[in-house]
Amino acid sequence: MPPDAWTPLASRGRGLRRRVVNVAAIGACVLAAAVILLPLALIVWHLLAKGLPAFGLAFFLHMPKPVGEPGGGMANAIVGTLILVGLGAFIAVPVGVGTGVYLAEYGGGRLSAIVRYTADLLAGVPSIVVGVAAYGLVVMPMGRFSAIAGGVALGILMLPTIIRSTEEVVRLVPQSYRHAALALGAPRWRVLTSVVVPAAWSGIVTAIMLAVARAAGETAPLLFTALGNRFWSLALDQPMASLPVFIFDYARAPYDDWNRQAWTGALVLLMLVAVVSALMRLTTRRIAGR
Amino acid sequence: MGVKRALGASAGGGPAEVAPRVVMPAPALPLDEAPAHPAVAGAAATAPSPPRLAVRDFSLYYGRHQALKSITLAVEDRSVTAIIGPSGCGKSTLLRSFNRMNDLIPGVRTEGALQVSGEDVLSPATDVVDLRRRVGMVFQRPNPFPKSIFDNVAFGLRLLGVRGRTELEARVEASLRGTALWDEVKDRLERSALQLSGGQQQRLCIARCLAVEPEVILMDEPASALDPTATARVEELILKLKASYTIVIVTHNMQQAARISDRTAFMLMGELVEMDTTRRLFTSPAKKITEEYITGRFG
Repeated sequence: MPPDAWTPLASRGRGLRRRVVNVAAIGACVLAAAVILLPLALIVWHLLAKGLPAFGLAFFLHMPKPVGEPGGGMANAIVGTLILVGLGAFIAVPVGVGTGVYLAEYGGGRLSAIVRYTADLLAGVPSIVVGVAAYGLVVMPMGRFSAIAGGVALGILMLPTIIRSTEEVVRLVPQSYRHAALALGAPRWRVLTSVVVPAAWSGIVTAIMLAVARAAGETAPLLFTALGNRFWSLALDQPMASLPVFIFDYARAPYDDWNRQAWTGALVLLMLVAVVSALMRLTTRRIAGR
Repeated sequence: MGVKRALGASAGGGPAEVAPRVVMPAPALPLDEAPAHPAVAGAAATAPSPPRLAVRDFSLYYGRHQALKSITLAVEDRSVTAIIGPSGCGKSTLLRSFNRMNDLIPGVRTEGALQVSGEDVLSPATDVVDLRRRVGMVFQRPNPFPKSIFDNVAFGLRLLGVRGRTELEARVEASLRGTALWDEVKDRLERSALQLSGGQQQRLCIARCLAVEPEVILMDEPASALDPTATARVEELILKLKASYTIVIVTHNMQQAARISDRTAFMLMGELVEMDTTRRLFTSPAKKITEEYITGRFG
């Protein structure tokens, strides 16, 4: 087409079409955001509505009561969940963060490709399968269900999230930090421990929190491992109570009182994750803000 | 402070060599013991003024591409040497060869010889970590760590094993005073270095570099990301540091080279076209191509 047949650029892109597309695009974004927020809001609303009646200090302090006796709480399950998730994190955080840093900093070779692929595969493994694996790895040799087995199952579940997210955030640390440290005569390990990991730390904490939040709600893998316990027990080599398993049992029980407590348990679980997450963020900010 | 060393009246020593001669750089912050460099001391006996940096027939390849072509030059102790030339001429590559930062780029290969204080830099046996402690670097973009101002300056000191709070504080203060930053930041040493302005950040990076008392400071266009006021302060600082350090600075800005350097090297397409005192290079260059470049006819 000859140039003089083109419409002048100044008159282009001013049409009605452009404005309509613009409004439609913004509308689509708002709609998508609303679709995401709606279920979350509904869940929180529902949990509050159904869970608050049985909510109270007693729920945190009292042990479960036998059927028919009103009241009682889930003290053992709350503590149990904290211990189980703590055990899982104890296993998964060092291994996961270490692996993630390795993949980001040295991850060019064949080994890294294998590790990366394995982590992705692990992320796709259904949690109940992880529970069965922990059953075979820990419960069978020990001869009984235990908190340790539950911790191992949760740890395995946390690993892929921590590994891949850590890799991502460590990659985001600007090269200029590494160069500055190397130019000052820092050996590679010092560059990592003194500069790169601290710079990525808030992102790593987010990764850990994602993994913890997911693990805290897992029920299936605990059924084969920590089993559950109606009594107070802090022994790591004994079955241990946990909130998800309690919620599972109480929700399908034919007793109204238990059903109510299941709702409260779910509310408490959500609060636990929120509080732990907020605390970790607060401490990280204090460290990073210095 | 200068460590004066009288040469013994050795047999065969000419009259010119009897006079005491300064052979050590004077660090701004004297360490407890001045590090002795036998190579320098040895060279002093034969050469009148041993070069702090010596480059001979140095070539560098990025894979198949030859980025530096048989460069030969020497840099005197306690001087400012500017390297100028158009983009891609290899001036930054040359600069980064002195502390082997090019090692970070895969596929880099070198030929020839490169010495810092008489010690070979290119040999595989060279301790790169130690080399980088002796040859500091300031980058084009200010790159303070996302840590406090204090921790930034203390970083290199901690690497060297300085642990005592009193010593750390004293050395950090001295380094910050050395870059005229102390008065601006003394009340907020624990604040993040990222809150400083660009010019302050660059002076902080220089302070971080000074803290470990390097023999040589390499500067890769240190003022190109700064506004004119901040640039002036950095230039002022470079002139002040010249008294104690050997500085090599890569710059795109020819006025800057003229203002601050003693000697200037002009590079073009990987070759060192000429190197001379700055005055001579800018007033009566030996080569026509140099004249064309400095008068702005290309580049």
